[in-house]
Amino acid sequence: MEEFTIIRNSLHVDPHLDIWGWEIFVYLFLGGLAAGIMIISAINGLGYKQAKEDGSPSSWSRWAPFLAPVVISLGMLALFLDLEHKLYVWRFYTAFRITSPMSWGAWILLGLYPVTILLGLAFLEDNEIESLKSFAPIRWLKLGALLEWLCRLGSAWRKVLLWANLALGLGLGVYTGILLGSLGVARPAWNSAILGPLFLVSGFSTGAALLMLFPLNHNEHERLRRWDAWAIVLELALLGLFFIGLASGDGYDRMALEMFFGGKLTALFWSLVVAVGLLVPLTIELTEGHKGIRPTALAPVLLLIGGVSLRWIIVSAGLY
Amino acid sequence: MSTSKNNSFGRPGVRYAMTMDTRRCVGCNACVFACKAENALPAKGFRDWITYTVKGNFPALSELIRSERCNHCSNSPCTTNCPTGASHVGPGGIVLVDRGMCTGCKACIASCPYDARYVHTDGFVDKCTFCVHRVKRGLDPACVSACPTKALAFGDLNDPDSHVSELLRYRKHTVLKPEKGLDPNLFFLL
Repeated sequence: MEEFTIIRNSLHVDPHLDIWGWEIFVYLFLGGLAAGIMIISAINGLGYKQAKEDGSPSSWSRWAPFLAPVVISLGMLALFLDLEHKLYVWRFYTAFRITSPMSWGAWILLGLYPVTILLGLAFLEDNEIESLKSFAPIRWLKLGALLEWLCRLGSAWRKVLLWANLALGLGLGVYTGILLGSLGVARPAWNSAILGPLFLVSGFSTGAALLMLFPLNHNEHERLRRWDAWAIVLELALLGLFFIGLASGDGYDRMALEMFFGGKLTALFWSLVVAVGLLVPLTIELTEGHKGIRPTALAPVLLLIGGVSLRWIIVSAGLY
Repeated sequence: MSTSKNNSFGRPGVRYAMTMDTRRCVGCNACVFACKAENALPAKGFRDWITYTVKGNFPALSELIRSERCNHCSNSPCTTNCPTGASHVGPGGIVLVDRGMCTGCKACIASCPYDARYVHTDGFVDKCTFCVHRVKRGLDPACVSACPTKALAFGDLNDPDSHVSELLRYRKHTVLKPEKGLDPNLFFLL
């Protein structure tokens, strides 16, 4: 028999660590989602000429880059709500700490705004720019000329913006996983760099899922569905590697692994993440592809639920 | 015990460490109360604490009592993971938090395998400072001064004549979770 007693009651630490609640896993999900949107927008934009020949890209796919800053703003709001010392939030931007993934993330989030917004403006058509200029707030603030100049700037730098979106999107997606991975010395369930690519691929998949909910044209939808099916397969493989990593680790790592195989997160993980979030939507997508069935919102919605659940369960596993 | 005459604070090459004698400690919590009073900690904030490990089956029981706190690791993940530089290594290797730079993101709490940090009710993250304000004046940390059984000792590990160096030279000792490889500076004498 061994009994361990600790005489202490510290805020958010005792009786068990509860420092990070819904704010963090929602942020990690939205960060991944924004990364997915950026990567898909960049790939779409790089194939823009091809798409133009196949039949002009739908206005929704051209407007997609604007989704990234909206999604990331919601995510940053969640992050802000998590801070305990909210008035000091500006301290993130008076320092760059090369060893802290959170510092990298803070700067990536800031850099993402100009890059995504300019990319969106770069693909607007003339009549869309005109209607934006007559949009009330822009008219009142007399920002029409500035808007037109930004659109021209975006158009001129299109190639650079596309590559910047791809690079920042990849960086953002990987960082959401590495953020947890870098804390691995104390949190065995996060003690894996595989979380970087895992969250990146999951982010790509949820990004594709979100875009599939919009009325894209047939070719665009078809392509997203195909990419997404591959992303799901890759995500399953990465989950496998994540578990192999934990299984071949030390006692701490194997205790973390236990949580997914018989422990308290087992039912939630295998039902919500693997079945509902990956296998069911994969089956639906493959069936839609083979039988040529009209796609529904079901698979994308399940993928988004799976994306949130993955972050929730991985974050909980580390804090447990 | 160090006095203001041999104040080592700020001298280059100093590496502060603490030893905790598990054979002397009776678990009276004087170190905890001294710390709470010295540093005006909130009710739900503990910079040091007592742990009891009871082993065996009645009546053949053994008990190990420890006074624990931040290990002031020489290889500290709480400082490398801090996004603003608020959590930093101060003079003599003391790990400190600059509360004017702390955003309360809690990355340092998550990265500490010893759970030595907590969120202060005023929002910043707080932890043991080895009573740096006392050490600056050549005094021992409050917990060391208050210990009625002299189970705690504080000093410069790089000074071969310091009390801690002497204790570590002659006594069997261990650190917590040595397998984490963080090079802690809180030693438990066995």
